[in-house]
Amino acid sequence: MAERSFAKEVQKLRLGAGEEFAGEGILAITKALLQCGVGYVGGYQGAPISHLMDVLSDAQEILGELGVHFEASASEATATAMLAASVHYPIRGAATFKSTVGTNVASDALANLASGGVTGGALIIVGEDYGEGSSIMQERSHAFAMKSQVWLLDPRPNLPSIVSAVEHGFELSEASNTPVMLQVRIRCCHVHGAFTAKDNRRPPMTVADALENPRRDTQRIVLPPASFLHEKEKISKRLPAAIDYIKRHQLNETFGGSGRVGIIMQGGMYNGVIRALQRLGLADVYGETDVPLHVLNVTYPLVEDDLLEFCATKDAVLVVEEGQPDYIEQALGSMLYKADATVRLVGKGMLPMAGEYTGDVMLSGIGSFLRQHAGEMLAPEVRAPNVPAPPIFDDLVKAVPMRPPGFCIGCPERPIFAATKLVEQDLGKHHIASDIGCHLFSIMPPFELGATTMGYGLGPASASAFNSPDAKRRSISFVGDGGFWHNGLTSSIGNAVFNKNDGVIVVVDNYYSAATGGQDILSSRASNPTKATKHPITDAVKGMGVKWVRHIDRTYDVGKMRDTLKEALTTQEKGPKVIVASSECMLNRQRREKPLLKKALTDGKRVVKTKFGVDEDVCTGDHACMRLSGCPSLTIKHLDDPLRDDPVAAIDENCVGCGNCGEVADAAVLCPSFYQADVVNNPTRWERFRFNLSQRVIAWLQARRERRRLVFAENAV
Amino acid sequence: MKLGLPEGADSTHRIIKLAILAVGGQGGGVLTNWITELAQRADWHVQSTSVAGVAQRTGATIYYVEMLPKDPDRPEAQPVFALSPAPGDVDIVIAAELAEAGRAILRGFVTPERTALIASSHRTLAVSEKIVPGDGRADGQTVLQKAGEASRRFIHFDMEAIAQEAGTVISASLLGALAGSGELPFERTAFEETIRAGGRGAQASLAAFARAFQRASGAQEEAGPAERTAGARALAAGPARLLQEWKALTLRVAALPSPVQEMAEAGLRKVVDFLDHRYAAEYLDKLEEIAAADRQDKAFAFTLEAAKYLANAMVYDDIIRVADLKTRSARAERVRRDVHLGGDQTLLTTEYFHPRMQEVVGLLPARLGAGIEARPKLMTRLNRFVDRGRRIRTDGIIGFSMLWVIGGLRRFRRSLLRHRVETEHRERWLDLALRKMAEDYDLGVEVLKCRRLIKGYSDTHARGHSKFDRVLGCLPMLAGRSDAADWIRRLREAALADADGVALDGAVRTVQSFAQDGKQSMG
Repeated sequence: MAERSFAKEVQKLRLGAGEEFAGEGILAITKALLQCGVGYVGGYQGAPISHLMDVLSDAQEILGELGVHFEASASEATATAMLAASVHYPIRGAATFKSTVGTNVASDALANLASGGVTGGALIIVGEDYGEGSSIMQERSHAFAMKSQVWLLDPRPNLPSIVSAVEHGFELSEASNTPVMLQVRIRCCHVHGAFTAKDNRRPPMTVADALENPRRDTQRIVLPPASFLHEKEKISKRLPAAIDYIKRHQLNETFGGSGRVGIIMQGGMYNGVIRALQRLGLADVYGETDVPLHVLNVTYPLVEDDLLEFCATKDAVLVVEEGQPDYIEQALGSMLYKADATVRLVGKGMLPMAGEYTGDVMLSGIGSFLRQHAGEMLAPEVRAPNVPAPPIFDDLVKAVPMRPPGFCIGCPERPIFAATKLVEQDLGKHHIASDIGCHLFSIMPPFELGATTMGYGLGPASASAFNSPDAKRRSISFVGDGGFWHNGLTSSIGNAVFNKNDGVIVVVDNYYSAATGGQDILSSRASNPTKATKHPITDAVKGMGVKWVRHIDRTYDVGKMRDTLKEALTTQEKGPKVIVASSECMLNRQRREKPLLKKALTDGKRVVKTKFGVDEDVCTGDHACMRLSGCPSLTIKHLDDPLRDDPVAAIDENCVGCGNCGEVADAAVLCPSFYQADVVNNPTRWERFRFNLSQRVIAWLQARRERRRLVFAENAV
Repeated sequence: MKLGLPEGADSTHRIIKLAILAVGGQGGGVLTNWITELAQRADWHVQSTSVAGVAQRTGATIYYVEMLPKDPDRPEAQPVFALSPAPGDVDIVIAAELAEAGRAILRGFVTPERTALIASSHRTLAVSEKIVPGDGRADGQTVLQKAGEASRRFIHFDMEAIAQEAGTVISASLLGALAGSGELPFERTAFEETIRAGGRGAQASLAAFARAFQRASGAQEEAGPAERTAGARALAAGPARLLQEWKALTLRVAALPSPVQEMAEAGLRKVVDFLDHRYAAEYLDKLEEIAAADRQDKAFAFTLEAAKYLANAMVYDDIIRVADLKTRSARAERVRRDVHLGGDQTLLTTEYFHPRMQEVVGLLPARLGAGIEARPKLMTRLNRFVDRGRRIRTDGIIGFSMLWVIGGLRRFRRSLLRHRVETEHRERWLDLALRKMAEDYDLGVEVLKCRRLIKGYSDTHARGHSKFDRVLGCLPMLAGRSDAADWIRRLREAALADADGVALDGAVRTVQSFAQDGKQSMG
């Protein structure tokens, strides 16, 4: 079950010609795919493209009606390899994943796909996770387009432009027999806008048709000598065909007047450039401007003629190209040099070499460019602005704490790391290799565990060098269930078995690909009508040849978790020690259970709700519990007591009763402040009787003692 | 603050730019959708963006909306909106939490001539604030003050509390505050219709919306929760004999120097609650003795701190105290209130205990306990039976009675090992403080304050003790220095900064180094 349900929104995918479609960018992309008669779609989740996978998953009924095959691919490599269906058959196919991590994983398949070329249009939609809020390293997809010689679309970030890019993407792909990448940036994926819909089209040839009538063409298979020919064909046939298509359909756009300075930009930068011009008084709210703009909705290949023509009449051009290296600027520089051009080429330097091109970066970069090269266009106050010194907020900096992402309330992964911390208290520090996924939050306070993260499913692989008979200590590595199935089973587990790695591997199993939004995977425990779930990770691990396997089916048992880890670190047994730690992702569990509980309550059924609490007078305000938890619900509060210096622990209303704090207090021998309160709704008669009876006895005992002592009002409040 | 350019040339001044800074899980997405829909219903141009992803797993995240009324002359023309907020270019900033308001200011989204800042004044503490052994909370007052200076308008109140009272999430009260602020040119009914159209939970959302609207629009302030009257604190109930004795004790408090009285009374209450009147009288004896030796020109600062820390030292945390606190009727009432127990529900309560032999031995008569403690092998063997987690059901008669009986042991406390140990330790500390006070008044006060370091149970308690010892262990090195008091304060603060004592190690090294230097230069 995905984090967000698009069940309602996907109905918009049925809109017909002329109707207005209003919604999010990703939904618009899906609609565009259907309008293009796509025959099959697949991909791998990951921000910002997760929701596209969720949309497709929720739209399976509509896809089925149109004869479109949907594949929740095992990895980005799988998704890209799937596009092989378009090699020999004129079927349009689309794959989607996040970039650049997904593109890295996919690049083997991408290279082979690009070498042989495609018959049916093949579109790879990459969601760029770059800049603010990004969870990955910062790199450019552009490099992949260049190295594999696939075309890269980077449309202006509005719904009509994105939809048009999907349509042209397929046609461009078919016209040039080359896969096409469509790049959408993170905020663009979630931009809310509108476009005019067209009718959905059934694919002229479905995958079923192709299966019934197999075809092959040795010339399209990547093996010498065909592959040598592909290399030449890319340049002699496919590239010219692509450029021809781009020019004929004017995929790149030119706006603005006929001034002596111009701006060349990636399509995705368009809104940012316009906003800067608007603020400089050179564009109106609708983007009308006198400044000549050349918008590269196709950033690879570059169309030399168009660019030279645009530059021919200019004294200076500014290239707005986000990220590094500056591929476009370098290519343009080479073109201009070879053409003996005299235009001044400005780009990096005026704009920062690295980092996101945010509003203020654009404003200052474009502002400086225009002040230097076209001062006469600017209003006097803009030409020489009187910028006051920015205010100093030193004291405020101290008052605003860092807020990195962390484990959710009741997260079942928290106790795993609490246990690891406890083990380290006993056995000392260890080398810990982390992996991609929610569990990577272990590197943040309060746990601060984990030294490296090398890639999805590569946690144990990245600890593989730490395998020495001379060491008295073993490495610990983590891998999530998502990463495990993505490629961890072979790259990490299989590798450890084969190389007789003596380390400890913890597989964090939360029943979902949780960090990407709770998609089902092979080991998910939910019944999925279209996918095969419930394949135990332990079976896979044993099948791979691991002898020492332990399964913990309730991670909240901190004591057991700690003891198992300790055993794994100290056992005489050789070879990898694998602990599969399973408990359902609390976010998904709440989403699943809440409606059920609500219904049970209204039906008058017996429902127990658990919440934890802290006795504030028992708590001494040391916060040792926080250092082993970090639960958002476990917080601190100040008591109105002059005798107390430090705030005490408190559990807020959002507690889901996972039990971690009680378990940690027990396992770490912290303090007796924690209590668990189970509220029984609609109790049975026997329960009610017992409750009333014990309450009466308890009240009598309490009264007996309180009659003989002083009771202060404060205690009775 | 204007970053970059003057307003004059800007062609976007008709666009309303609104940024929402939230902590993941606060419903920022819902709020963004409401605002977007609101503008759509008014037939405005509108665009919203968000960053979905791991940033929303309790991290800080920003939603952004731009909107513009349609030009009647060219209703089809599409404006070009920005996808993310730019410093110095935001009209309305909504912060779903106070520190996030501070972050918005730091990032330049809030400017004095432009921005209306609407913020909930509650705090969602970051992990870094919670894990400090002392008080690591960030300074909310600074944020409030700077927010006032940095913004054109600053609307702030506890929108989280309003939402909670209405049984909904903060997005509803934030929308209410936005509507009430009048910053968006839409009628109140338009906001409410948007919420209603959302369907699920609309009733609760509307209630929170209405209350926040009222607060933000400056309509009559509702009365806050009744202030506790000052006198109520001292009220005591109990048998007449005890009340009479209590009255006699409070009369002695009234005779203490006036700056000390309030603290002394709080201390007295804590001590009598812990054991009995004789114990409370011991507390006052000591305090009177200290006050007599104290200096009026220092406003009895030493006695004031003694009133606080002596009470804390006398009321040590033992199993008896925990059992006693957990079996009181007031506690049962607090738990019931905490879980909002209804009449038709029943309640099970489970206490999480993990006693070890060290604690149990403290419960034994002093000589027996000390005898066992002196034999580590026996301790280890016995610990095997003791050292395990105990879940005690205090809603049941057996579990409750067990704790009740243990709580009743308090009257034997004086004869128990723990009491002897605590008393000796306390007396050593007080003597030390008094001695230092005679040499250097401020140093004496600081020595008293170091009692703050001793807290927690089990290992945490032991760690607190060791920090206490290490800080006071620096006293000889500081002997004769005029800044000794200041150094003890710094050492104590370092000890409270982190659990592992890293900061304390650093501070101790500094003291050692200048102590060394001092010796060399003297030699």
